[in-house]
This record gives sequence, structure tokens and C-alpha cells, in this order.
Amino acid sequence: MDSATIRNFCIIAHIDHGKSTLADRILELTQAVSEREKEQQILDNMELERERGITIKARAVRLKYHAMDGKDYVFHLIDTPGHVDFNYEVSRSLAACEGAILIVDASQGIEAQTLANTYLAIEHDLEVVPVVNKIDLPSAQPDKVCQEVEDVIGIPALDAPRISAKLGTNIKEVLERIVKDIPAPKGDASAPLKALIFDSYYDSYKGVIIYVRVKEGTVRNGDVIRLMSTGAEFTVTETGYMTTDQLVNTGELAAGEVGYIAASIKSIGDTQVGDTVTLADNPCEEALPGYRKVNPMVFSGIYPADGARYGDLRDALEKLQLNDAALSFEPETSVALGFGFRCGFLGLLHMEIIQERLEREYNLDLITTAPSVIYKVTMTDGTVQYIDNPTNFPDPSLMMQAEEPVVKADILVPSEFVGNVMELCQDRRGTFKDMQYLDDTRVTLKYELPLNEIVYDFFDALKSRSRGYASFDYELMGYVPSKLVKLDILLNGDVVDALSFIIHADKAYARARKIAEKLKENIPRQLFEVPIQAAIGGKIIARETVKAMRKDVLAKCYGGDITRKKKLLEKQKEGKKRMRQLGTVEVPQEAFMSVLKLDE
Amino acid sequence: MTGIYLHIPFCAVKCPYCDFFSSVWHRETADAYIGAIVRNLAAYELWDTVDSVYFGGGTPSLLSVSQIARVLDACAAHLHLSDDAEITLEMNPAGERAAYLRELRAAGVNRLSVGTQSFSDAQLRLLGRRHTAQDGQNAILTAYAQGFQNISCDLMLACPAQTEEVLGETLETLAQLPVTHVSAYLLQVEPGTPLSRDQALLSQCPDDDAAAGLYLQTVRTLASFGLHQYEISSFARKGYESRHNLKYWHCEPYLGIGAGAHSCLGRRRFCVPKDIAAFCAAPVQTEDTLCEAAPEDRILLGLRLSEGIPLSWLSAAAQKKLPALAGAGYLTCSGERVALTPEGSAVSNAVIAALLV
Repeated sequence: MDSATIRNFCIIAHIDHGKSTLADRILELTQAVSEREKEQQILDNMELERERGITIKARAVRLKYHAMDGKDYVFHLIDTPGHVDFNYEVSRSLAACEGAILIVDASQGIEAQTLANTYLAIEHDLEVVPVVNKIDLPSAQPDKVCQEVEDVIGIPALDAPRISAKLGTNIKEVLERIVKDIPAPKGDASAPLKALIFDSYYDSYKGVIIYVRVKEGTVRNGDVIRLMSTGAEFTVTETGYMTTDQLVNTGELAAGEVGYIAASIKSIGDTQVGDTVTLADNPCEEALPGYRKVNPMVFSGIYPADGARYGDLRDALEKLQLNDAALSFEPETSVALGFGFRCGFLGLLHMEIIQERLEREYNLDLITTAPSVIYKVTMTDGTVQYIDNPTNFPDPSLMMQAEEPVVKADILVPSEFVGNVMELCQDRRGTFKDMQYLDDTRVTLKYELPLNEIVYDFFDALKSRSRGYASFDYELMGYVPSKLVKLDILLNGDVVDALSFIIHADKAYARARKIAEKLKENIPRQLFEVPIQAAIGGKIIARETVKAMRKDVLAKCYGGDITRKKKLLEKQKEGKKRMRQLGTVEVPQEAFMSVLKLDE
Repeated sequence: MTGIYLHIPFCAVKCPYCDFFSSVWHRETADAYIGAIVRNLAAYELWDTVDSVYFGGGTPSLLSVSQIARVLDACAAHLHLSDDAEITLEMNPAGERAAYLRELRAAGVNRLSVGTQSFSDAQLRLLGRRHTAQDGQNAILTAYAQGFQNISCDLMLACPAQTEEVLGETLETLAQLPVTHVSAYLLQVEPGTPLSRDQALLSQCPDDDAAAGLYLQTVRTLASFGLHQYEISSFARKGYESRHNLKYWHCEPYLGIGAGAHSCLGRRRFCVPKDIAAFCAAPVQTEDTLCEAAPEDRILLGLRLSEGIPLSWLSAAAQKKLPALAGAGYLTCSGERVALTPEGSAVSNAVIAALLV
């Protein structure tokens, strides 16, 4: 294939700005999609992704386009995840492209994530093709939005295609821009192989399928490939390109092309996104830049509500991990919750997605502990520990210093909500760094925020204080010393390990009171009074009491019908399964969940 | 000895809180229905002596004396009916019924259960009852005058707007009446009933703490009148405990006849479909098996009785929980028996669950 006719690109857009709809239109115009498929947005192929309107894993398809210049072009459309949790994956997808279509909503303008991803694209030397979408909306202001793109991002945009992906208006113009503006890939098909892994998934028949962009050289069926970060070697069983619904085994992929490699790879852990694939007998000299091992930032204990399903939970996590190298887990035991797993996630969204998939696809009922970040603790003897489980937080007398991770956050917000958002950031122990007006109505705020302040519910709080308009992006900065304490919750005098968490000393009192109140609401009255206490070290800082119940009786037993009583007993037996017995106290799983969502 | 329960699923009007099976009264349907009861009495071959017959409903007092007599004759003809059998009929207070009661007594009915519910007109109105407090008193006094020595009355607790004072007045009225037995139920809001949709009325219901207070007030006050608690919602003068109802709690056999009636015979619990037409048409009623009588039934049901159950019925795990439950005042463990206190009765679901789960 002549690489001059190849165009590799991705689409950058804020949630709901029309990425999937435009992708669908492009697929239609390039005859990649049958009518039957059209009903769905094809690139988002997980149920959860469609429901949440987000794209979790990158996908890539090959399309054929007959352009106005009379030539046939091959397009590789690479889909990118749209959420901050998946920043690294985004950057690897961008690295597989020469260009990016930037979709901006004609009624809403640029959002923080779009901005962050656009800068990322520019950093990767991508040609950015702005497109103004949703011109069919009455509130559309395409001229203003084009000007904004020029002012804020600094790329020419006044002649950007103005489209309606929904109605199919001007899509052809976008395709012509792809041909004209996005450069063809460079690279020498006869050089030693250098291919970038930008995604992978597990197929139960073929093993791991890796998605690659070949930068240099050629890979063929039967070649022995080497993954450069680990040195692991595999024999290629299949290679080729992806359509919307199948893998097409062409036996060869050359420089400039985007496609897949199958090589009977057993574990997705071997195929790290960002790694370089080369040939064992003719390796390239150095790997492609930008690879790093993905490290989880947020940790949480996940337990089956029904202890008997521990094995099912393990199987489910193993299956999910086949397709998600960023998910880590190891067995953990809690006095309160029994056997479960300590799981590591890229961020809070990643965590929620995993939980939902476990519950939905594997039909598991889960209890999850409060998410924790990794704290760095220097002990009095000089050793350093990294703590991702509050239970392991050392006694203060043994600690010299505790440090917590801090992120750089960019928040884009309409100027009328700046006050609200600054208040929120202040409340979350943020350090103000900068504020810039993008135009008359919109502002970027730069803050340094402790990661543990944003893992709980920052995103929701931000949305609610800006009527949904603020958007937010962050990257990890490093560790700073902090006055951290471990807050314990006691029920009937006993510490409930699953409810302990680490918090800044200044916020401990307010949080302790709130948790005690929440627990009081969520622990049903039982035969005995239940004292709820929150403590730091041995000191009680908040308390509530669940009074003993006084009435729980079924009076009627009419005409010898005892079925109600038996049903009630059966219900109580079922209910007990959803309860955790902590000493004499029965705690419903909702109580564990309620302390995670204190703002509701 | 076996009890016979006859379900009479007819009411003049359905009460707004009631979710029992009943339908509107028709004389012709009732005739056919009585015919079916008589057929069934002849069809079941009970070898055991029957010492209790109970007409429940619905509103059995809608039946004519001749209809009731026809059933009782069939009982006498087809069952080994003991001479001192307890023969109960539920009735609603309504109008002047001296003649009816006299004939009923003559026909063999020797126990009446009167649906008084309250002796406060305001309470009766809120409950949607169609009789007055005076109707209730008259029904009891008339029955007594016509020869009924064993009269039970129903009380409803935790009703809308019921305070300790309101309940106290009802109990005082009751103390003046010739009753030997009281069934006191905590009003339960059943899904699907008109009451469950009446937010204005529901908002006037006492909360759980207040309801427990009303219950304990009832237990104490009735005891002071000589009506001792013998089961969670049953109170009686000595010797007047309901022989029929005790069969339920003692897991003794009873045969239920009629649409929607429940039975426990042999080791089997079964019920008849709630279908009046089908019951009238079938030569013998349909039995839908519910379950085998389970060992835990006798604990579940026995703990409702003030006499309690033998300690040995409880598992070792359950026995370990007894000291804490006794310490909190929910039950007593005297010698070889375990029994709920009134406070324990008020939370009996939870206590029984703690011992059985």
C-alpha cells in the first residue's frame, strides 16, 4: 500500500459534543457500515460506555474513501477515551495518529477536557482539524466558537467545517479536510520493525489481540516479535486490519498502517499500552518514546456482599483484568467484611466502571470501601512506606512524616460560577495558582489539589456548583507533607476496619460528624442500642446512637394462616445475608456505601 | 384433637385497612357456598375428635341462623364432635339483633367474637367502620343477655390519632362489659388497601415508639381487669383462652374449609384457592400444598405464647443469645422454659429471628 494515501487520525471532543455521532457519519460515508449497524454508535461497543456516553477503551477501524481528487484513500480512525482517568491511554492513541479532528459544540464552546486533549495532540505534533458541530441548534454560535478556537488554542479555525453530525450536514467537507490537511504517515517499510501498542484486548480463541501503529518496518505472519519493555517474544499468528465488526487477516502490516497482531499471547499484562513491538531477529535500536507503566492511583477494597461468592468475585476480576491491564487486585481480609480484594484503579471513574461491570456483567453484589490514594510515610527509623490501605496506616508515634499526592488541576468554568468553584477548591484544601479569562464569559482556574480531596466526589460537587458547566482535568504532580490522621469508626465500641480512612487533621471533625450521622440514618434500629463513635487514636471526636427498636411485631395470624410469619422469617433470613454481623451489631451493606457519598 | 375453621368470605362493606379475602354478600351465593361447606364436611374423613368449630371471615354474622344450623348439623353428622366443643362465630356490631343471637345460641354457637375494634366513635370513623361505640357495647350486652357467657372482642391498636388517653377510654369502657377474651391487634398498613393510599390518615398514625407504648399500655391495663395476656395479641380471663386459636400456636391439627381457608393436617399445611365460584362448584375443595410442617414452626409459633417453649427446642447457638436478650428484658428463662415478656412481644419478629436465623 502506498503510504501517501493513508490518513491516521482520531477525534477529540468533550462528552456530548458529538464524537460518536460524527464517527458514525464518517463510517456511513465511507461505506463501512451496513444499515443494520447504524442504529448503534459503533465505536463505543460496551454497554456501559453507551449508557454513560463515554468511551473507555480505544478502538480503531480502517475505512476507504474516494476523494474529490479522484484518488482512493485509506483512513484509520482511532477512537480515544475521553476521561482524565485515561490520560495516558489517550496520549498513546494520539501517538498513533498524524492528525486529530477537534469537535467543538457550536452552542457550548471549548471545555477543559477538550482543551487538555488538544494540547496533548499539539504536543504530539498532530495536525488539528477543528470542526464546529451542532450548527442545527437554535443556540449555535459557530462564528463565535471558531474565534474562540483561534484565540484559546491558537490554531486557524475561521474556515473550520460547520456541521451537524446529527443531521449529516457537511460531513463530506470533514472527509476532504482529512485528506488535505492531515499529513500522510512517514516511515520506511524496509527498516527494522517499530510498532506502537495503543490498545489490546483478550480474545478467548486467539489470545491477546494488540492494536498497533507501525512506525517503521513491516510485520508479517510467522515473524517472531519482541515486546521491548519486557523482552517477551511471540510468533505472529495473524496480522491485518480492523473493520467495524471483524479482524481481516492480511498477513502483513507495513510502516504507516494501523492494525492488529495476534501472537498467542496469554496475558494482557505482557502487552503494555505504549510499548514498542519489534522483530526478534532484526530489532530496532531504541524503543518509541513515551512508554510508561500505568500505575493505579486510587485503591479500594471490594468485597462480595455474600461471602460465599468470593470465588466468583476473583474469577470476575481475573476476566476483567484480561482486558484491562490498568486494573490491579490482590486478596485482602477485613474483620468487618471478610474476604475480598484490594483493587487499584487509574481514577474514580475507572473504579466506578469496574464496580458496575462486576455488578452488571457478573451479577455480583458488592460492598466497596472508601477509596484511598497512596500515602507516603517516613517512619522514625528513616524507612519509607507507601500506604494504600487505611488499616495499615502506622501509629502516629512511629511516624516522622506523612505525605500525600497532589495534582495540578485545570478547571474551565463560566465566569459567573468562578466564586463557587474557588470556594469548592478552597474547601478541598486547594492552592490557587492562576486564573485566566479565555473570553468575556469563561475562565480557566489552575489549582493544586490533594488527590484524596478529589477522589471522593469532587467531580459531582464541581458540576453541582456550576450547574453542570465546569469541566476539569488533572495530572499528578508529586507528594507534599501533610497533617494526616487516621479516622476510625467504632460500632458498639469496636473499630470497624472497613470504615477507617485517612484524612487531613483539619477536616477530621466535620467528616467524623457527618459519617456518624450517615451511619445513624443507615443502620436500622435493632434489639440493642448501637453507639456509633468516630475516633482519632483513642480520642472520640463524634458520636451518635441508634436507639433500640421498640416495635416489630406481626399481630395477625388469621384463620391459621401462618404463611406470612414464615415469609417474614424467610425475608429476615435473606436480609441477614445482606447484613454484616459486627459483634452484636448488624450493619446493612448500604451503611458501608452511604459513608462514601456524604454529600447526598 | 382437631379444630374446624370455616371461612365465610362475605362482607357487607370492605373496611379500608383490611386485606383479607372477602367479597360482597349475596344471599344466593351464600346458599351455594354453605352447600359446598356441607359437602366438604361430609367428604373429609376425620378420625380425630373435633373440639372446636370456628366461623371466621369475612363477616359470618351475615349468615342466617338456618344456614349456620345447617353447617353445625353437618358437623354433628359427619365429625366426631365432642360434647363441649367450642363453637365460635365472628360478628360485627350492627343493629338490634337480640332474636338472632338467641336463635344462634340455641343452634349451638357458644362463643362470640365481636368486631368492636374501639369504643371511640372518632376512632371508628377514622377506621371506616360502619358502627358506633354504642353499637359495639350493645352487641356485647345483648349477646350476654341472650345467653352467651364466652364473648371476645377485638381491639385495634396504633390507629390514626390514637393517643394513650383515647385508648385508655376504650379500655375503661371494655372493663365494664361482660367480655372473657380480647384480641388486640396493632394496625398494620397492608399494601394495596385504601388505607395505604390515604396519606392524610397515615400521617396521623402513631410512630413505632408510640405504637409500642400503646401496646404495652393495653397489656398492663387488661391485666388489671383480670384479662391476662396468653399470646402476643390475645388476652383472656382464666379458663377462657380460645381453644381454637391455641391450636395454631401449638401446631395442633386444624382443617380449614372454604375459599381461602388454611389447614394444618398431618404434617402438611395447605390452603384453598381464593375463588368462591370454584369452591361452590367443586365436589371437594382444592388443596394447594404450602409446605410440610417444619420443626421451626413450633418455635416460631410457640414463642408467641406467654407460656413460651421448652428451652430444649432451641439450638445451642440460639441458647447462647438468651442471656443478652433476657438482660435487655425481652424474654425470661425460668427453669426449662423460654418466654417473651410484653416488651419482647412488641419486638417479637426480631427476637424470633435472632433465635431462628
